Amino acid sequence: MKNSRRTFIKLAGIAAAGLAVAPKKVLASSGGHSPVKVNATASHAKHWAMVIDTTKLHTAEAIDELAKVCHHIHNVPSIEGKKEVKWLWHDTYGHSFPEQENPHLAEEVHERVFPLLCNHCENPPCVRVCPTKATFQRPDGIVAMDYHRCIGCRYCMAGCPYGSRSFNWGDPRLNLDMANLNPEFPTRMRGVVEKCNFCVERLAVGKQPACVEASNGAMFFGDLKDPDSEVRKVLREKFTIRRKPSAGTEPSVYYII
Amino acid sequence: MLELALKGSKRYYGWIAFLLVLIGIGSTALVDQWINGLTITGMSRDVSWGFYISQFTYLVGLAASGVMIVLPNYFHSYKTNKHMVIFGEFMAIAACIMCLLFIVVDIGQPTRMMNMIFHPTPNSILFWDMIVLNGYLFLNLLVGWTCLQADRQHLPHPQWLKPFIYISIIWAFSIHTVTAFLYQGLPGRHYWLTAILAARFLASAFCSGPAILLLVMMITEKFTSFKMAKNAISTLVKIIAYAMCVNMFFFALEIFTSFYSNIPGHMHPILYLFEHASSGLVTLMWTFIAFAAISITLLVTPRFRNNYKLLPWTLGILIVATWIDKGLGLLIGGFNPTPFETITSYWPTGKELMVSMMVYAIGALVVTVLFKIATEVKAEVGHSQKLDCGCSSEDTCECAPEEAPAEA
Repeated sequence: MKNSRRTFIKLAGIAAAGLAVAPKKVLASSGGHSPVKVNATASHAKHWAMVIDTTKLHTAEAIDELAKVCHHIHNVPSIEGKKEVKWLWHDTYGHSFPEQENPHLAEEVHERVFPLLCNHCENPPCVRVCPTKATFQRPDGIVAMDYHRCIGCRYCMAGCPYGSRSFNWGDPRLNLDMANLNPEFPTRMRGVVEKCNFCVERLAVGKQPACVEASNGAMFFGDLKDPDSEVRKVLREKFTIRRKPSAGTEPSVYYII
Repeated sequence: MLELALKGSKRYYGWIAFLLVLIGIGSTALVDQWINGLTITGMSRDVSWGFYISQFTYLVGLAASGVMIVLPNYFHSYKTNKHMVIFGEFMAIAACIMCLLFIVVDIGQPTRMMNMIFHPTPNSILFWDMIVLNGYLFLNLLVGWTCLQADRQHLPHPQWLKPFIYISIIWAFSIHTVTAFLYQGLPGRHYWLTAILAARFLASAFCSGPAILLLVMMITEKFTSFKMAKNAISTLVKIIAYAMCVNMFFFALEIFTSFYSNIPGHMHPILYLFEHASSGLVTLMWTFIAFAAISITLLVTPRFRNNYKLLPWTLGILIVATWIDKGLGLLIGGFNPTPFETITSYWPTGKELMVSMMVYAIGALVVTVLFKIATEVKAEVGHSQKLDCGCSSEDTCECAPEEAPAEA
């Protein structure tokens, strides 16, 4: 009895001493101060935004071409039907801007198709509803996903008024061309939600988003909070609209009509 | 007291075995879902919640409804209900367990479930729903079990329990309000984006829940010596009648707001459900209206309401009506039209229904075991026992014994 109490006190003492001499390790394991260095060539902004010139980019073929680039570099599986996964796709004016349609719309506009993607809203409902912070807003405005945190409750899908999110109902790798993967971007597992990430991995090394780069000048990307940025210049000069203004989400994707 | 659930007739064990078989069959579909993912369900990119979540929503109502027996007893000292209270609480326990199971089978990564606790996120209503559901489960376990144990020992219910009972009454309202908030705070889902949704949820819960409880109690009466007091039944039926009227009134308010305002987004889901959906769903939605009308007619007419031969049918019709409205239409109407003003139809697959059957069977098992314990204890202490003439020993009845059981 006495012996075991003595052992216990000894052990407790050693443990306390350990904590006293190794506070740095404890701090590090708490995750508060990870020694991550920012890439010197990374692009930075106070709030990233995109402007799409739909007078230049408005055919299904052209948009599908961009989607192909996007889906390839992000290893987005190609699934047919209702359970599809898509980051970038095209749809008609009525489906893209349902509240802003009228029966006498210019025929040319009515016939255009529009590129759709996550709007990276300033006020994102998906972030508000996510119960695990798997969907979060970065300080630069990008709404990002932590695929390892997501429990697959799909509340963000119910919350998004733009239908911008996809769920991996089954194993996405079954629908990927495994010989033609992009080794620089992870594939996902089943049971998690995914969506467009504004190419954060490319911004981190100073590149533009893949669709912007491939759009031949029909898409602009830059800092919305910088009055001298290219997106602000375009927004000043052209008339633009955003999807579903009534939802109050303040999308960061603007469309030149 | 658990030992009381272990001794029973052959019929009791047969029923338990039957439920276990159902659970076994349903779990094969769940194993399939674990292996292949939620791809086995009918859900899609556009309709991303399905039968699981709608059943969860309906059953939260059943959990909340126990309060309709508990509240008169404790807030109004309406003692006629007092021997029914335990059944309301035990039903709530089973309902909470089913709700939690429906959420677990619905999520894509169940192994990461604890992320909800490791990374608490107060801005998500789902976080609060987890808190209130688990809290309500705990409160009912504590209150129900403690009271029954005290009854068995012929002791008064302990005083320290009072605060928990009062908290549980308020809490019952919170679980259904928070569940409604899950839906009603979402932009772009017009069918749900209505301030009256929480009130609709409560009204529908307070008619469908007690209706289910009454039906289960009627079955309990058949197989045990327990007998509901006549006054308790008639009070409960009146509560059901009022709640169903309020429920349909609220639904009518929705219809008025949508169609008088003429706002397309608000009209579309209703038009879809009652006109444009697949013929099966449209028929079901109109069945809901018809059944609601029939059940209200039967409930508000004293002659029909007091006819205990007719009552089970009335309750059954009401349950079907509320289930179509809240356990099916609410969800499908919320996702259709989609954010693109298109229609993506949803219907649960066989496997989805099998998994749901498993959860319901688990709920039935919990109810069976808990009700067995409760009725055994009641038989031991002689509460609400059936008399020769069919009355309850709590009724004032011709064949009631001279010395009525002492009020505890």
